[in-house]
Amino acid sequence: MDASIFLIQCLNALQHGLLLFLVASGLTLIFGIMGIINLAHGSFYMIGAYMAFALGPLVDRWAGGGFAATLLLCVLLAALLGYLLEAAFFSYLYRRNHLQQVLMTYGLILVFEEVRSLLVGNDVHGVPMPAWLSGTIPLGGVMTYPVYRLFISAVGIGVALLLYWVITRTRLGMMVRAGASNREMIGSLGIDINRLYRIVFAAGVALAALAGTIAAPVSSVYPGMGHGVLIVCFVVVVIGGIGSIRGAFLAAMLVGAVETFGQVLFPAAAGVLVYLLMAAILLCKPEGLFKQG
Amino acid sequence: MHHVLNRALLAGALALAAGTATAADKIKVGFMLPYSGTYAALGAAIENGFKLYVAEQGGKLGGRELEYFKVDDESNPAKASENANRLIKRDQVDVLVGTVHSGVAMALAKAAKGSDTTLFVTNAGADAITGPMCGPGIFRTSFSNWQPGYAMGPAAAAKGHKTAVTITWKYAAGEEQMKGFHEGFEKAGGKIVKDLTLPFPNVEFQSLLTEIASLKPDMVFAFFAGGGAVKFVQDYHASGLGKTIPLYGTGFLTDGTLKAQGDAAQGLLTTLHYADGLGTPRDQAFRAAYSKAYDNMQPDVYAVQGYDAAQLMQAGLQAVQGDIDDKAKFRAAMRGATIDSPRGKFTLSAAGNPVQDIYLRQVAGLENKMIEVAVPKLADPARGCKL
Repeated sequence: MDASIFLIQCLNALQHGLLLFLVASGLTLIFGIMGIINLAHGSFYMIGAYMAFALGPLVDRWAGGGFAATLLLCVLLAALLGYLLEAAFFSYLYRRNHLQQVLMTYGLILVFEEVRSLLVGNDVHGVPMPAWLSGTIPLGGVMTYPVYRLFISAVGIGVALLLYWVITRTRLGMMVRAGASNREMIGSLGIDINRLYRIVFAAGVALAALAGTIAAPVSSVYPGMGHGVLIVCFVVVVIGGIGSIRGAFLAAMLVGAVETFGQVLFPAAAGVLVYLLMAAILLCKPEGLFKQG
Repeated sequence: MHHVLNRALLAGALALAAGTATAADKIKVGFMLPYSGTYAALGAAIENGFKLYVAEQGGKLGGRELEYFKVDDESNPAKASENANRLIKRDQVDVLVGTVHSGVAMALAKAAKGSDTTLFVTNAGADAITGPMCGPGIFRTSFSNWQPGYAMGPAAAAKGHKTAVTITWKYAAGEEQMKGFHEGFEKAGGKIVKDLTLPFPNVEFQSLLTEIASLKPDMVFAFFAGGGAVKFVQDYHASGLGKTIPLYGTGFLTDGTLKAQGDAAQGLLTTLHYADGLGTPRDQAFRAAYSKAYDNMQPDVYAVQGYDAAQLMQAGLQAVQGDIDDKAKFRAAMRGATIDSPRGKFTLSAAGNPVQDIYLRQVAGLENKMIEVAVPKLADPARGCKL
């Protein structure tokens, strides 16, 4: 592997990792702060992608809209969906045990897949790329690198910085951090924990849907697309330390690098490498890279 | 003397009565197909194809009416044995027709063999079905994974390609097609530089595309299907590799996915046992009849495979005048039959797999247009079959 190929692979790893981070950050927030094992999180990624497919043409027709408007609409709708779901279902789960949470969120996966099947069908669909991002940059002679993938990386970095700022610098972030370390205590300090949960959950859903929406033009949309993402994201969350955004970021980068280079250097073991990584890290640090916060 | 004659007459009459009784009964056909899930459309196409041929014969095969039993196999290998036994034991079907998913088909073949029920495999390409698992009652009207893979070998070598990289998911169908391509390409003087794989159903191809760029082969040979095929073709196009390193694949790379793939798929060359624009009267008549029967739906390769299963069954039943209980004669007649398929005439190998022309096809618009016959009358080597 010469230097230029190595650099391109690093770019691939970065982009893959950032996309994982977008999904995993929402998962870790919900898991760490609300204590809910949300198996349906992959479905929110799928919903984001299908919204990009279904709403894109509508936005074009009715709002003369374009890509940015579609993105915004998808994220807002997803946040609304998250808010309603929290009120209708998840708010009843906080005092239940993990098995019941798993049962309900698994049930939600089935419901979302069936609704998707009824509304859009089971075919694979492509989602057009916005014209202003569809160019390519020549890299290393034979290969070109799609601008859109750089855009995904940019969005990922932007969201990571924004989350970092919100969590460390704002009042909301303070409550989130407090909620992550001691739920009962912030309730007794007079903070409306239900409202906080609802906001966190809506934000988590919006992040997953954002990932799905921006991934749709390069990944196309297909049934069951959320399952694979969900499993890797749980690995990311566990490696990073449950509830830690910083941990999720670092873990997503690690997993992105291991998957990217593993596929090329150890193709026979590519399927198990991330799990080996997880096992190794949990051996040294049973609570993940970072404790909550 | 009188007594003996009477007895003989009586026995003859009884035999006749029994004979007519079976001829009057309906033949029980068990469809074990995916009626839900990702492959639901494929299952429907296979059933439609089968029933179209039966309708063309006036609703009868071998002079007998058919009664259908259906089980949704959900493309779930874990439920396959149970589902197969529902048809075999509960419904006591005479023949089984199915299925799409290879894992399910393997279990189905095992159950069919165990109960000595005749089986028509109407899509699943697993080499083993007409290899180590072959049996006197196992027939396939589709393909073995080896076949389209092998056929691309000489076709690609004829284009002047000397080195190739293969890429697929690390699971049976992908590995079997790559094995076929290895054999065909190396026999034609080519060399495989590297086999790239990724775990099924992973679709993050970017790192492997970069690896291809660093290996700089003359060509790339790929197997992916469904969502993976759409994404791979799009990613390959976006990577710019296609300008210097052309992409080839088995037909699954561009079948049923062209609308989603858009411009990225235009011009791609693939190999399969069926194609658009064959232009034969047989194919045109089939296509017209199919779209007339199923409100303007265009038939696909799956419909052809279902249609041919009914044709094959007809060939067997005609030889035994509808007496399907004469299993040996019924099956022998099918093994010796020549099927006038929409894809072109084919016969069956000793192992029960089609000996068929494999076409080289090129994507043009939303069609996989036939360019030429890549390999005529290609027979699967049926390794491990002792028939």
